[in-house]
Amino acid sequence: MSTHEITITVNGKTHRREVDSRLHLADFLRQELNLTGTHVGCEHGVCGACTVLIDGATARACLMLAVQADGRRVETVESLAAPDGTLHPIQAALSRHHGLQCGYCTPGVVMTLVELQRDCGEGPLSEAEIRRALSGNLCRCTGYQGMVEAALEVLPGLHTKA
Amino acid sequence: MKPSAFTYHAPQTLAEALDLIATLDNARVLAGGQSLLPMMNYRVVQPEHLIDLGRIPELSFVEAQDEGLVIGAMTPQRAIERSAMVQKNCPLLIDALFHVGHQQTRNRGTIGGSLCHLDPSAELPVTACALDAVLTAASKTGRRKIAFADFPAGYLTSSLAPNEILLQMEFEKWPQHAGSAFEEYAIRPADFAIVSVAAVVVISEDDIISDARLAAGGIAPVPARLTSVEALLKGERASAALIERAAAAAAALPAEGDEMNPAEYRQELAGHLTQRALARAIERARAGVHA
Repeated sequence: MSTHEITITVNGKTHRREVDSRLHLADFLRQELNLTGTHVGCEHGVCGACTVLIDGATARACLMLAVQADGRRVETVESLAAPDGTLHPIQAALSRHHGLQCGYCTPGVVMTLVELQRDCGEGPLSEAEIRRALSGNLCRCTGYQGMVEAALEVLPGLHTKA
Repeated sequence: MKPSAFTYHAPQTLAEALDLIATLDNARVLAGGQSLLPMMNYRVVQPEHLIDLGRIPELSFVEAQDEGLVIGAMTPQRAIERSAMVQKNCPLLIDALFHVGHQQTRNRGTIGGSLCHLDPSAELPVTACALDAVLTAASKTGRRKIAFADFPAGYLTSSLAPNEILLQMEFEKWPQHAGSAFEEYAIRPADFAIVSVAAVVVISEDDIISDARLAAGGIAPVPARLTSVEALLKGERASAALIERAAAAAAALPAEGDEMNPAEYRQELAGHLTQRALARAIERARAGVHA
């Protein structure tokens, strides 16, 4: 066992903590920083509920040690809504299109779509591309149709306005 | 679940990493962690020391050299699939990466990590097998090159010595009139493949196949070169009938099965996937010839 002092910027705020080597990033976010929006599902990289952005790219927070994130910039679902509670356009679209039911997978889904939005380049995205991106996030409630509709509505539009 | 306790090391240089791996007992090298960390969370693997190569920038690169494409072991899969240099020099890698995991795992997963992990259903080892990749490993005493054919030692096991680290891999340059394709079958896209086939063909202007390479995953514990099928193709005129013969030969090769996917099913898949991969590779090779 080893412990390590790490410095991580999460949602724009820099945190310095001492962590055990075996603490994974999802538990670090939830237990050390009380950012419980990042959900822990399977803890072996299959379900995608713990998806966060590391230096702008999605990753499974259960497949990354907190110590590996030393010096990195992490974004979680908590970074998206405005301080007054106004939802991010992706979150609002998911709500409008019934893209969530129990909500357990939703933080991961949202972070995946945020990456897709930033990466979509000249866009617009096809439904197949959206479905492929969402294949890394397991949802047992919705059948994905609402998520896909939300993404189709919001992603290319956001991109052209940006 | 959570991994068992271990000591974490983050060497900043290759020399430091090689020192650590030469001296520590029960140490594992951490690349992207997309296979090792799940195995540690399951406690299938319980190393006492984890040596993270993620802080050694010199291990992550893509370079086009005279003899071919060279890729650093720690290069993320996502960087490779987006590389114009890879697209130009080794498009088969990009075809294969389309099937690898999910974007969230390809962002962190590395090419070297996948080759060393040697999952029988993984796409990158099958690709490296088809392309006769040459790997370079380093230890404190020096470097050595390993042909991919000599790299797998068995199920999930490479022939790297306990004190060695994989540095890079080379993929030879193919002539312009080469075509390649990667095909696999999985229950759902992005799931683990049951069988996969990688094909490379070189076609002369009179449509004769002058070279062919075929490799399959999922029929044996390690990637398999389909040398007898390659021999059947070489020197022959490319045609639908030839592709059918090759597919039948691939389906006749022995396969190892399990309860979920018995050997006969895997053989049948190997035949169909060989047919598809060859047809697409030949089509692409012809496009190169006539370009």
